[in-house]
Amino acid sequence: MELITPDFGLLFWMTLAFGIVFFVLAKFAFPVINGMLKKREEEINASLENAKRIKDEMDTVQEKAQQIITQTREECDKMIAETRHINDTYSEESKRKANEEKNRIIESAKETIEHEKMAAVTEMKNQIADISIKVAEKILGKHLDSDQEQLDYINRLLQEIEDKNKNA
Amino acid sequence: MKYDFILKNNIRRFTLTLSFLICSLCFLPTLFSAENNSQSERLKEAEVKLEEVEEKFDAGELIFDHILDSYDWHICTWKGKHISVNLPIIVYSEGELFCFSSKHLHHGHQYVVKDKNGDDAVFEIPSEGKYEGKVVRIMSDGSQIRPFDISITKTVCGLLISCTLLIIVFLIVAKSYSKNEERAPKGLQALIEPLVIYVRDEIARPNIGKDYEKYFPYLLTVFFFIFFNNFLGLIPFFPFGANITGNISVTAVLALFTFCLTTFTGKKHYYQDIFNTPGVPWWLKFPLPLMPVIEVVGCLIKPVVLAIRLFANITAGHIVILGFVSMIFILGEMSVVAGGAMSVLSVILAVFVDFLELLVAYVQAYVFTLLSAIYFGMAAKVEH
Repeated sequence: MELITPDFGLLFWMTLAFGIVFFVLAKFAFPVINGMLKKREEEINASLENAKRIKDEMDTVQEKAQQIITQTREECDKMIAETRHINDTYSEESKRKANEEKNRIIESAKETIEHEKMAAVTEMKNQIADISIKVAEKILGKHLDSDQEQLDYINRLLQEIEDKNKNA
Repeated sequence: MKYDFILKNNIRRFTLTLSFLICSLCFLPTLFSAENNSQSERLKEAEVKLEEVEEKFDAGELIFDHILDSYDWHICTWKGKHISVNLPIIVYSEGELFCFSSKHLHHGHQYVVKDKNGDDAVFEIPSEGKYEGKVVRIMSDGSQIRPFDISITKTVCGLLISCTLLIIVFLIVAKSYSKNEERAPKGLQALIEPLVIYVRDEIARPNIGKDYEKYFPYLLTVFFFIFFNNFLGLIPFFPFGANITGNISVTAVLALFTFCLTTFTGKKHYYQDIFNTPGVPWWLKFPLPLMPVIEVVGCLIKPVVLAIRLFANITAGHIVILGFVSMIFILGEMSVVAGGAMSVLSVILAVFVDFLELLVAYVQAYVFTLLSAIYFGMAAKVEH
């Protein structure tokens, strides 16, 4: 029975002790704790909002940066293509020109060679003629010393011409 | 560098523990000091007393000795001697305050002091009768009169210790909040903070609504008071282990606080719901005020249920743990082997129930706070 019967002394002390605890904590502890918790929560919220704002800003900036990069890359690509095109055309032209030049040089070289050849041939012909005459002279001079021989030779020549005419 | 930090941390922890120990020891000198005749000094007196103990083990006595309140705090029995702290008895009788150590009243001894008229005032703790186990004054005609008894009993002593602890802990936490501003919580602060936030976000706010701030300090106090006392009650060593929240007087006061707050802060709607319940046929209210009576009785029963729930849960837990431990000694008296075998099983079971009690300690603090918050929510409701 004592177990479930409230005791006056204990009720008194409990009321006093709990009252004091309640008073002290409600006056000195909980306002500080609650205030700080609230403040911290507000700070965390503000920080989160700030972070979100910064992230959004970052996103726009990044997007912009990406756009700029893309644009730049496109421009770059275009430039490279242009350059390549120019380069290609230029090299074609220069190749053609070089070819032409080469051909021209070859042509002129051929011409010169031809000229030289002709000159050489002419000169050779002249020299050959000279040499033949000299040779002939030498041959003639040697064999036509005697009269009889000269006469024979003339006669033979005449005879040959007559034969040629007859044949003709 | 790292060791330096650890050392520093340990020193801080050590000083914290030390300061806590010193605080709890503040009670001890008053308890252990030698007897002094002057009345104001007698209030503080108490001493360790060794006394003979009877041989036979009585589980019921052991359990009820723990569950019930007493004028001395039994710590242990060593070599057949009881070692206990004698707590001061404070009684108010015939317009005069008497304070003396409870050691004078052991084993039905009578304590005689001179009252203000120079007559003998005789006090006794009767072992039977109407006032069994309570201090009474024996009048000159031999009749027993129960004086106003505000003795520092075991429960009161435990209560004062835990309240001091509660205040110290929260002042430390509050200080570390103001010192540790804009930083992550640490130490005690980090231990208390989740609970404070839990009470606010899961108990106070959802059940009371916008007006929760008015009731919040009370809810926190109740929650931590029950929480601390439940846990300290599970520690089996002096100066803890007093069955505080398992005492009906303690829970009754807590429930009474909740009841008073509900009743005195109740708004118009709260009383309208009681005396003129909407949505109920008129004949339930008019000639015979059936609904109002039921509602009023309901309001009065709520705190009673609150008090009994907490008291019964905690007391039951203590009884079960002590029962398991007692089984060792009951069987041990029959045979040493049975006692030895039982001790293994008993310890396992007691550990299990101890863990369960840790859960119950929290759950009961939660339930009491939650129900208080729900009642406050009904009282503070404005719109319908």
